[in-house]
Amino acid sequence: MAEADDAAFDDIPGTTLFDAQRSRQGYHLNMFCMSLMKPENRDAFRADERAYLEPLQMTPEQKDAVLRRDWNRMLELGGNIYYTSKLGATDGLSFQQLAAKMTGSTQEEYAQMMLDGGRSIEGNRSKSQPPHG
Amino acid sequence: MARIVAGVATSHVPAIGAALDNGKASEPYWRPLFAGYEFSKRWIERIAPDVIFLVYNDHASAFSLDIIPTFALGCAANFPIADEGWGPRPVPPVVGHPELAWHIAQSTILDEFDMTIVNNMQVDHGLTVPLSLLYGQPAVWPAAVIPLAVNVVQYPPPTGHRCYMLGKAIRKAVESFPAPLRVVVFGTGGMSHQLQGPRAGLINSEFDNAFLDDLVANPQALVRLPHIDYVREAGSEAIELVMWLIMRGALDDEVVQVHRFYHVPASNTAVGHLVLENRR
Repeated sequence: MAEADDAAFDDIPGTTLFDAQRSRQGYHLNMFCMSLMKPENRDAFRADERAYLEPLQMTPEQKDAVLRRDWNRMLELGGNIYYTSKLGATDGLSFQQLAAKMTGSTQEEYAQMMLDGGRSIEGNRSKSQPPHG
Repeated sequence: MARIVAGVATSHVPAIGAALDNGKASEPYWRPLFAGYEFSKRWIERIAPDVIFLVYNDHASAFSLDIIPTFALGCAANFPIADEGWGPRPVPPVVGHPELAWHIAQSTILDEFDMTIVNNMQVDHGLTVPLSLLYGQPAVWPAAVIPLAVNVVQYPPPTGHRCYMLGKAIRKAVESFPAPLRVVVFGTGGMSHQLQGPRAGLINSEFDNAFLDDLVANPQALVRLPHIDYVREAGSEAIELVMWLIMRGALDDEVVQVHRFYHVPASNTAVGHLVLENRR
């Protein structure tokens, strides 16, 4: 069957497709997050974040994004939300609290948006579509 | 002979599990959601399946980027509960059905579906939240569970058509198993939601309700839906909905919808739920 090319997904605003290129780019970043599945690793990371990251094969940009908890930058550098959420859990953050941060909202604003029915699809389908008035 | 008597579709939002586990189910935020499953809890008690064939996705719990199976069939006798960063959910251990699972693996592989056979696998909220929604908080799960973990995290997931055809192969496998087991197939995940990036929080109830309509009455309209339509219209994580097509493919072409529920929000997600019975 005819499937859209990966590049077609780039037209979707505010969305990162976890495709082959990003998976290769983000392998070590995501596997660092995966290591936080173990309680002893969470403790070691919390005790000294820089020391924990130091021997890992992540790029300096990826390590910096982790230390700054720049969640959108992690996605741009190959992170996947199901992995970066493990770093979030280590910080005591739920998926909703992470989502609020990635959208630049406060937790209260984001939770209210969801209670009001969520972010509308209108104006959010395509980068070429004018924003919904 | 074993047979598939019904199908269940449901979202598997982790916050639902946390709400149950932390005694928040009766709070105003959660009460409408759990009310939508009251019928289904009575229904499954009456149907009393021997085995639940549960289609879900692993959220970087059992699998990581080291091994990414498209279709991973759990053939083990037991499936431990994963620690997803908050400690394992306090739910009963999941007991498998190795005889039927292996039979399905053999039958579907010979039917040209290249399944991954898994004998050691932890299961995460994707599998345990649907069980909690249908069974509440029992001391033991009343049915054996055969997990089918589908990759929907690494692009590309399997196509909707492939999922639908796999459902048909699973049905053929179940119906050639000699013991008289009653099987219910669960398709889980969805509905519209996006957990990542500046567009997080997207909900498209129009898309979701059209999907529910078509899944019941006109699944052929959904099997050729390309991945980009799910992602664009219903959010990056709505791609999980391809898993519902495995459940639908395992049922009769014509089914009876005995329950339908839709609710926004559960945390970041639109919750959809169907109970479908085969006619015979």
